[in-house]
Order: sequence, then structure tokens, then C-alpha cells
Amino acid sequence: MKERARRKLIQALRAFLPEEAVIAGEEALRPFECDGLPAYRELPLVAVLPEDAGQVQQVVRFCHEHGIPVVARGAATGLSGGALPLADGVLLGLSRLDRILEIDPLARTARVQPGVRNLAVSEAAAPHGLYYAPDPSSQIACTIGGNVAENSGGVHCLKYGLTVNNVLELKVVTAEGELLTLGSAALDSPGYDLLALMNGSEGMLGIVVEALVRLLPRPERQQVVLAAFDEVEKAADAVGAIIAAGIVPAGLEMMDNLAIRAAEDFVRAGYPVEAAAILLCELDGTNEEVSEQVRRINDLLRGAGATEVRTARDEAERLRFWQGRKAAFPAVGRLAPDYYCMDGTVPRRALGEVLRGIAERSRFYELPVANVFHAGDGNLHPLILYDANKPGELARAEAFGAEILELSVKVGGTITGEHGVGREKIHQMCVQFGPAELEQFHALKAAFDPEGLLNPGKAIPQPRHCAEYRTLGDTRTPPGERAGNG
Amino acid sequence: MADRADELQQAVRRALAQGRPLALTGGGSKGFYGGEPVGEPLSVSGHTGVVNYEPRELVLTARAGTPLEEIESLLAGEGQMLAFEPPRFGAGATLGGTVACGLSGPRRPWSGAVRDFVLGVRMINGRGERLRFGGEVMKNVAGYDVSRLMCGALGTLGLLLEVSLKVLPRPEAEVTLVQERGEEEAIELMNRWSGEPLPLSAACHDGLHLHVRLSGSPTAVAAARRRLGGDPMEDGERFWESLREQRHPFFQGNKPLWRLSVPAATPPLALPGRQLVDWGGAQRWLVSDVPVEEIRHQAAAVGGSATSFRGGDRGHAFHPLPAPLKRLQRRIKRAFDPRGIFNPGRLYPES
Repeated sequence: MKERARRKLIQALRAFLPEEAVIAGEEALRPFECDGLPAYRELPLVAVLPEDAGQVQQVVRFCHEHGIPVVARGAATGLSGGALPLADGVLLGLSRLDRILEIDPLARTARVQPGVRNLAVSEAAAPHGLYYAPDPSSQIACTIGGNVAENSGGVHCLKYGLTVNNVLELKVVTAEGELLTLGSAALDSPGYDLLALMNGSEGMLGIVVEALVRLLPRPERQQVVLAAFDEVEKAADAVGAIIAAGIVPAGLEMMDNLAIRAAEDFVRAGYPVEAAAILLCELDGTNEEVSEQVRRINDLLRGAGATEVRTARDEAERLRFWQGRKAAFPAVGRLAPDYYCMDGTVPRRALGEVLRGIAERSRFYELPVANVFHAGDGNLHPLILYDANKPGELARAEAFGAEILELSVKVGGTITGEHGVGREKIHQMCVQFGPAELEQFHALKAAFDPEGLLNPGKAIPQPRHCAEYRTLGDTRTPPGERAGNG
Repeated sequence: MADRADELQQAVRRALAQGRPLALTGGGSKGFYGGEPVGEPLSVSGHTGVVNYEPRELVLTARAGTPLEEIESLLAGEGQMLAFEPPRFGAGATLGGTVACGLSGPRRPWSGAVRDFVLGVRMINGRGERLRFGGEVMKNVAGYDVSRLMCGALGTLGLLLEVSLKVLPRPEAEVTLVQERGEEEAIELMNRWSGEPLPLSAACHDGLHLHVRLSGSPTAVAAARRRLGGDPMEDGERFWESLREQRHPFFQGNKPLWRLSVPAATPPLALPGRQLVDWGGAQRWLVSDVPVEEIRHQAAAVGGSATSFRGGDRGHAFHPLPAPLKRLQRRIKRAFDPRGIFNPGRLYPES
């Protein structure tokens, strides 16, 4: 029965899509079965790879008419199962909409299709001395459409904002197949701010088919200061001291001892391997301004108890310092067969408390944890190490992870800072939100997508599901092996 | 400092039970903006107090009725500020009204708008429920971003109880430079300079002069000053404040005032009346009695929109939306306020 329906669907889609744009058959669909969270896998009914916005509209209209769910997918680097296909749905890949349509140096904007890679925007803008600020660690591969869906951040968002702060206009295909323009090349547009709402909506409200993004002038100079601490909490306090001094660094990253050692082993960044924690503080601006800030930061860090403060001697060393941080996930990944990456954000004042809490739970669950995070904005990425082949370890990793997220909420934070809820954290949404908020989310979703055909089952749990989760306890499914980073 | 959330919720529930619309107000400083307020007035101005402010967190949370003045002086005491420089338009301006109106001042193109700084809200929806979205952290992608949706919604989606904002350190040094330039040349310069790594924080052309503000570390400001030229202005801060608060002579008179939001590099607009270019070219103020259609047509032709800001037809203050977007916005309104009790017609006519 399902096979017949599938054949009819393929035939219908091929009426308006090129033959090779409709992908069916188990072998051919296999590469689409998961995103950057491969523990969750599902084969879609079919996958389609349209070539332009018109074809996207046709696909969505057809699916709307026939009540078929649609899951949009960019480069599938997401870490929360947001682009996980549905067995009874169409997977809509946007990778062929990969053209940079225009770079306007005077207006400082780039008009791009959703399948354009994040880094490609900055590369295309570079000859004009401009760049696109949000820089998630997956920026070599991840796409602008996906960045909008997740409201991606990166290491520079304390100073330069998230995706939502850097997108001016979106062309969006609605669940009914209508093409809407949200925002504009001006700084604001009439009516409700649906442009803001689309960012981080995880493909549930519409499918982005074009984006106009803001470009910024490249700073004259960038410099990195590395500080070592003999206690993790001193490093956390130093973060507060820097902010209190009125400095908003371009980047402020922290790594704990396990992460430092792993990164050092992996890329030889020159990190002090005895340190309990290091801070990497990036400063940018004019040449003189950066020199002045480096001096101030040096004093602040020493005042906060740093055992060592180093300024990158040259561009090569600056890049090496960052390379260690950027390679931290894969580096930690070499320490154990599996790791589970969390994404809570907490108020900076709670960093010490949360890190203590993580360390205590690490001992309780007997699973090591490496902490790598965006300290400047309190976004933690604890990496729980485990071995899925050892009985019980996976379940312990999951329980440990859930406790970290719940602790993040308890201290006034959130379960996800930048990776999204997707399928993975849907249970923890019940901890962060009550039934009234969840109902409001569903009502908002229904305003965009009355039939619930866009990426159903992700991001927002049903309130009755939460009631079950709260009474029955943990029903999480395996996180498994991870790839990618944050 | 008073927590009136329970009373406000009861008032909303009463209005809901009786099917009476409410006109939500704060300090009443922006009652002129948008559609004519309709319904029984419900003031949020008694719901006051800074709930949480830790300068190290760069976050401030306050009840919606808290006067903006109180918030900004508290921040100034810690060397911080609201970087979107909200206009007050009167002594009573509240935080809630500021967020609901979604207006930002001269720094907007470089620092962001209100919506770029809102991290979380507590609110009452049109079902009389108290809801909380977002929070006090810089990065948060759990659930739809309802907090930002409230910015500029003019209270039509819910009653704001509490708002958390990202705040920023005040710049160490600031200078305003003035030079005589024609409008066309000034627009081009503002855009060119915006593409260079300069510490710009405001740029406006008042018809005769180009005014540029630089903010940042003393060395960066000094270097940029040499690069841009022009004469430093004695009372630069007063100038930007008069622009933000519309006390500048340009805004005087009885003719309708329009706000045109256009792409920054748009050349001068050929509209009869007086114009002032702000936001590095992205915001054009127009004092003119040209027919509405002509103004809207010209704004739309360059990819922008036109708002009748003061003294015009309040029934159609905002630029009309294309039909599909209008339908969607109505559905969103119903999703938050199914009985239509909040600020009917304040943003767009109901039918």
C-alpha cells in the first residue's frame, strides 16, 4: 500500500521537477536519513532537490493539497535532529539553491539563496572589505537557510549578534505554498516583526528560499589573549570582570582541562596543559584601540587570578589559538568512542555554580565531561564522554545530559542557546515551558501552518506529551554518536 | 516599585468575560502614534520596578510600567546604556510602551533596534493567561521568539508585564562632527563610511549639514575624526537628543510628519515638503501635505515603506500590507488574542 502511494507521489512530483531532482529508493535516500545528530535516523518517503523558488513552491503546494508533511533541509549540520526526515513525508533539500545573487558594497548587503554556505558569503564579500558576522563553527558547511532556521550564533555573537540580528529580508514559502517577503532592504518594515519570528523557528513556520543579509566592515586588526587559570571558577569570574570593565570582546571562549589537553594533543595549539581552564579573548578594532584593550585585558585577567596571560605574537599564533578551540569537539571526540554535546545557556553569574554541578554529576554518573563554551554569553557545550557499546553508559549519558539542561533552566537559563530543540530536546521543553506557553506556541504555528505540515513533531511538544513526560519520567531515545561541533 | 500583575490579569479577564476591548496604555507619551486608541483604558504604568539588574550580566529586567527615565539613569550610574536610544516623547514614557511601539533612536543602524535587545518578556495574552518567553540570557532558541514579536506590535498581541533587555557599556569617548554637504553627497558619504571600520554611531543630514557621531575608545574616535574631517560640535549630545525627541526645529509646524524607512543608499527622494535624513540614510523624515498615495508610492518604489507619524490619517497610519501578509498577520493576532480585546485598530484597521 505504502509502496503504491510512494510510486504515485514520485510520478506526481516528476510532473514539475526534473527527473534527477526526485530521489527515491532506499539506497538513494540513505544519505538523507539524518542530520548532524545521527542517533536519530529515518528514511523519508521521497527526497526532492528543487532548483529554484518556483519549484519549492510547487512541491509545497502539492504536499499541502495532499496532506503530506514536508521537512526542509540545508546542509544537515544541525545537532538536534531538526532536519530528521519523516517516514510519511517529503524531505525538501535546498542544496541546489546555492547562488549568491548579489553583493552590494555600498548598501553592505548580500542577497543569497538558502543553500549558500555561511562562509561563502564572507568570502564573496571579502574583496569589498566586508564580511557576514555570524560564524557558527560549522560555517564551512552550514547554509544560510539553515542558519535562519536555527538562529545560529558563533564565537562572535556577544559583540555582533546572532543570525536574527544580521538578516534584513527573507523570502519564505508558506505551508500553503505562498511566497511571502518578510522584512526588506530597509531597517524595518510595517506590521508584526515576522522576520524576527522566522529566525530560530526550525522550519516549522515557512521555508526560506532567499535571504538578504547585512555585511559588516572587516575590523582593521584582531588580536587574541590567552589566559590560564588554576581553578575553573576563577576563569568564570574573570569573564564577569572583563564585562564589568566595559569591554565587550569580539569573542570570549573558555575550555576546561580535559578539553585543553584533548585540543593540545590534536592540533598543538600551544595551550598550557596544566591549567584548570583557559580563556581565549578576542579583541578587534583599530590598531591603536586593540593595543590599548590588550593592555587593559592583561591587567584585568591578572587581577582575576590568571596564572599566565599570553598575547598571540603574530597572526599565525592567533590562528593557532583559535584552531585549538575550533578543533575542540573533534579533539574531545578522540578521547572516547562516543560523546554527547549539550547546549544550555546560563546567566554568566551562574557559570561557576553550573560548572560545579556538572562536575558533581560527572562523578555521580562516572562519565567524564569536557567543557568547551562561549563564556561571553554563557552558552555551555559540555561534552559527555561515553561508550555506547558498554551496557548502561548510553542511558547514563542521557540522564546526565538531561540533568545539565534542567540545571540550566533552574539557574535562569535555557535548554538550548544555539543548536535548537529539534527532536532531541523536545522533552526538556516541558521543563522550560508550562502548558499555557506551549499552547500559545501551537496557536502561533497554526496561524502559519493550520494543517501542521511543516516539520511536524519537532521543537514544540504537545502539552499532553509533557504531562506524560512529567509523570512517567524519562523516555528519551538514544543520543548515540555525534559529529560536527558548535 | 509595585507588582500589579494580578490586578492587570483580573482586569484582562473581566474585559474578556464582558467582551469589552481594552486600550492598553503606559505613560501616555506615545498615544499619538498609530491608530486612535479604542476601548476602555487599562494603564500598566502602576506596574513598576526594576526586577533584576546586574551590570556584569549586561541584562536588565524591569516591569513594563517602569519609567524609561528611571531605567536609563540607573544604567548610566553603572556606565551602561540602552543602545537602541529609544525616543521618550514625554516624561512618562515606560519600558512597556517603548517595546510595544518599537521605536529606536539615532544609534539604530549600528547598534540595532529595540527588537535586537529584547531577550525575554512576561505577558498576558488574550485568553487572560500569564506567559513567559525568552529569558535573561543572550542566546536562547527554545521555542518561537515571541519576545521579539511583541516589539512594535503596539500591544495588539498582549499586555506586556515585564521585559528583559540586553544593555551595553557606554562608549568611553564620543564626538559629533559637522560638515556642509549636499543631501545626495551626504547620503553617499554616510553609506561609504558605514562600509569602513569606523566607530560610527549616528549619521544624519538636516538639509544643509552632515552630522556624524563617533563613539568608542578615545584612540579609535581620534583616528576616525582625522579620517572624516568636519568640525566638532560643542553640544553634540544635545543635537542627537533633539533629533531623537523630535524637538529639533525640523519637526516644528502643523503639517503632517511622515517617517519613511528605506534602503540606506537610496538617493534623495523627490517629494515636495521638507526632508531630514537620519540613520545613515535609512530613515527619512518628511514634513509634507502631499497626498498619502504619492508618499506611499514613492517609498514602495525604492523598496521601503511610509508611516504617517504625526498629524495624519490615524486610521491608516501604517503602510498597507500585501494581501497574503495581511491574512497571516490577522491569523497571528487571533492566535494571541482570539476575542480581539487588545488595542483594536491600533496597528491596522480590524476589517
